[in-house]
Amino acid sequence: MSTHHIQLTVNGQVRAADVPARLLLVHLIRDNFDLTGTHIGCDTTSCGACTVLLNGKPVKACTVLAVQADGADVLTVEGLEQGGQLHPVQEGFTAKHGLQCGFCTPGMMLTAVALLRANPDPTEDEIRWGISGNLCRCTGYMNIVKAIQYAAEKLQVQEAQPA
Amino acid sequence: MPDVNGLGHSMRRKEDPRFIRGQGNYIDDLKLPGMLWLDIVRSPYAHARIKNIDTSKAAKIPGVLGFVTGRDLEKYNLHWMPTLMSDQQMVLPTDTVKYQSQEVVGVIAADRYAAADGVAAVEVDYEPLPVVVDPHQALQPGAVKVRDDKDSNRIWHWEVGDPAATAQAFAQAATVVKEKIYIPRIHVASIETCGCVADWDAANKHLTLYMTTQAPHAIRTVLALVAGHVGLSEENIRVVSPDIGGGFGGKVPVYPGYVIAVAASVLLGKPIKWIEDRSENLAADSFARDYHITAELAADKDGRITAMRMDTVADHGYSDAQAAPSKFPAGLFHIATGSYDFQTAYLAVDAAYTNKPPGGVAYRCSFRVTEAVHAIERMVDILAHERGEDPAAFRMKNFIKPEQFPYKSAFGWEYDSGDYHKALRLAMDMIGYEDLRREQAEKRARGELMGIGLSSFTEIVGAGPSKHFDILGIKMFDSCELRVHPTGKAIARFGTKSQGQGHETTYAQIIAEELGIPAEHIKVEEGDTDTAPYGLGTYASRSTPTAGAAGALAARKVRDKARKIAAHLLEAAEEDLVWERGKFHVKGAPGRSKTIQDIALAAYTNHPQGLEAGLEAVHYYDPPNLTYPFGSYICVVDIDRGTGQVQVRRFVAVDDCGVRINPMIVEGQIHGGLTQGFAPALMEEMQYDENGNLYGGTFMDYMVPTAVESPKWEVGETVTPSPHHPFGAKGVGESPTVGAPPAIANAVVDALWHLGVRHVDIPLTAPKIWELLKRHGAALEE
Ligand code: FES
Ligand code: FES
Repeated sequence: MSTHHIQLTVNGQVRAADVPARLLLVHLIRDNFDLTGTHIGCDTTSCGACTVLLNGKPVKACTVLAVQADGADVLTVEGLEQGGQLHPVQEGFTAKHGLQCGFCTPGMMLTAVALLRANPDPTEDEIRWGISGNLCRCTGYMNIVKAIQYAAEKLQVQEAQPA
Repeated sequence: MPDVNGLGHSMRRKEDPRFIRGQGNYIDDLKLPGMLWLDIVRSPYAHARIKNIDTSKAAKIPGVLGFVTGRDLEKYNLHWMPTLMSDQQMVLPTDTVKYQSQEVVGVIAADRYAAADGVAAVEVDYEPLPVVVDPHQALQPGAVKVRDDKDSNRIWHWEVGDPAATAQAFAQAATVVKEKIYIPRIHVASIETCGCVADWDAANKHLTLYMTTQAPHAIRTVLALVAGHVGLSEENIRVVSPDIGGGFGGKVPVYPGYVIAVAASVLLGKPIKWIEDRSENLAADSFARDYHITAELAADKDGRITAMRMDTVADHGYSDAQAAPSKFPAGLFHIATGSYDFQTAYLAVDAAYTNKPPGGVAYRCSFRVTEAVHAIERMVDILAHERGEDPAAFRMKNFIKPEQFPYKSAFGWEYDSGDYHKALRLAMDMIGYEDLRREQAEKRARGELMGIGLSSFTEIVGAGPSKHFDILGIKMFDSCELRVHPTGKAIARFGTKSQGQGHETTYAQIIAEELGIPAEHIKVEEGDTDTAPYGLGTYASRSTPTAGAAGALAARKVRDKARKIAAHLLEAAEEDLVWERGKFHVKGAPGRSKTIQDIALAAYTNHPQGLEAGLEAVHYYDPPNLTYPFGSYICVVDIDRGTGQVQVRRFVAVDDCGVRINPMIVEGQIHGGLTQGFAPALMEEMQYDENGNLYGGTFMDYMVPTAVESPKWEVGETVTPSPHHPFGAKGVGESPTVGAPPAIANAVVDALWHLGVRHVDIPLTAPKIWELLKRHGAALEE
């Protein structure tokens, strides 16, 4: 199997690796880079536990090859907190009890971050459709929706404040 | 009184900071030096003889290091293992496979890709054998025999109640209804699959097994019992259950993969990691339910229920690998008389072997309560409809009355407390029941299909009193060990294991309430058998009723000792001290007081002569009775006559789980549980074809609800404290999963009753309802 040298930015840090062509991005992140917050919940691209942002877009990292991420910018759950400040989505999840076992949570939060970037003031329906590629078996989604609404409000307030 | 986040506070969860940062520690996150990977070759057939296993090609693949087969394990007599029900289950087969996806060969490799390559390259020659998938057929004479070591496919027959009195009551009844109700095979489908890392230290003969288990202590003992002859000794076994990504009962059994990993670690002397794929998890791990119930209910001329009879066939797959208390092979199925006041009943269950995966687990269920509640709540509804009575009024008339508690049921359970009328009334008020009935009548006149369904369930949780409850002989108590440190902070360890329920928070709140130490200052640990006291684990909504009670009582023991120390510090007599949360003061002199923190320091720096130093306690709690949470749910559905699609328009859930520790967490449990009740009612089922091939072995076709399908739940509460639990709690995790399916099924039948529909088995999928509409001439066809 061919090996490829790749270089990418993960949570703002430049990382390089020599990887076999078939290595999945999710394994690169978890096994090579030891960022184990990105989880694996299925083998059919169904659950979204592995969601990361690839060049700002949410992708299921179990269905992207590591080599496809060469040169890309990747954001994982470990990169959400900035300078000791939780991301409003993270705050929302704990404030509104949007997580129980926590296994779906990183993927769910990254999907939410992308959703709110694209649509800062979503309706409940838009939130539900927006996270419909991510499965949660514990919460029944109601508090996840509230968590994302919390984050939307908080982000809008931050936006309105002069830097 | 300082705010310590005791009972009734919706404090944020203590486990959240690590989870929202991606710093949880789940099984697949663990990496040990030198660790190798296990992957498993599985059978494509549901029943076949293994003619040959050829690993030569696989052995040449770079990174593939070794194999484990049934023949290898047979040398150590480890190819079979006992199930929690004292049946036998194969770890790896030596001769025949009994279900599709059964483990056949373990492949050990340097990494997960090489292991998967190895699995693909192992060649197994099978000779297919005849298959039996239907449990009724399996019980017929001349059926394909599933187990070579058994005389027949009948695993056991179990019955309870009085058949003669019941027959007589049915003969005298004014109304009798009878229905066949199937509770389909489903799967817990926690988003994290199962897995382990087995780490054998040959020099010290010590095994550390990190594993996705809800019951680490029981696993340790089982390992010692089944592998004692090959050198595993209980003091040298440490089971660690890390953060668990959802369990729901699916992480109670011992699956072959765990045992193969242990065997491989012993054979190769390296740590071995095994993590299932989702499809392996769905196809091979324990299923839930799969009960075929024939139920009958009788009423007198006034519409009072007089008797119940149930005859059931239970499909266990090829081994009785369920997790139920030893004494009750059909679990607590005999809670099936439900919330209703009648004293004549009979119930029988026949368990069958089939060529399907072994099981089944108590999926968010106190051992078959889900099956029982579905049956009785469907039957009560059918009976009400049959008699032309309103299902709510019919229930109100037949409920056990508040003044009848403690109430002895026909099958001998002693219900500790309840107020069923109040819960149903509240649910009716919340949803506007009478208006909905008017709306339904108007819609029906216009040809629209709308249904209102009720479910007023009684649960039975908190196993259990040790005189009735054990697993493999180990009594089902639970435990807490509590230590207060010199600076007034504390650590509490429990025999249970959270899988998302939030024990680190709620247990701390229980102790905060009892000792007045802020919950923030109490660290809770579970899941490491080297440090935590022995307990039977977390399932069947037993954690709060058992371990939670142990926590409260351990704290009270600490308080008793604290009183002695306080008396010494205050130079007062013990009986002159008054406890107010967090401190003792001298009676009549509130200013003369010592806080629990002062006392903790003194316990290590200035303890009285004649008293041991330190401030700690252990409590093993053996509950005097089970707890009986209950609730009333009402569901409104609209059915699309053009597609058969069922839309849950509204769903009100009133739960009474006694005293609530953390209302936010309780509500979260209810939301999640309701969604796990909604799923089998409308979407999920594991179906097999006649050859034992599973349909729906991936998340592409096993339909776990997303945020789009999941209803918006409306929740309410009543509080009837348990009279025997130390702080009146009852347990809540499974109530909603138990109560929701019949509410939804009743709503759908309610919408269709006037067409002549009396019953539909869940899941109520659009194709199924569409067929039904067509059959009854109610489908809108273009
Ligand atoms: S792991 Fe399930 S979608 Fe990627
Ligand atoms: S919190 Fe457990 S899967 Fe979502």
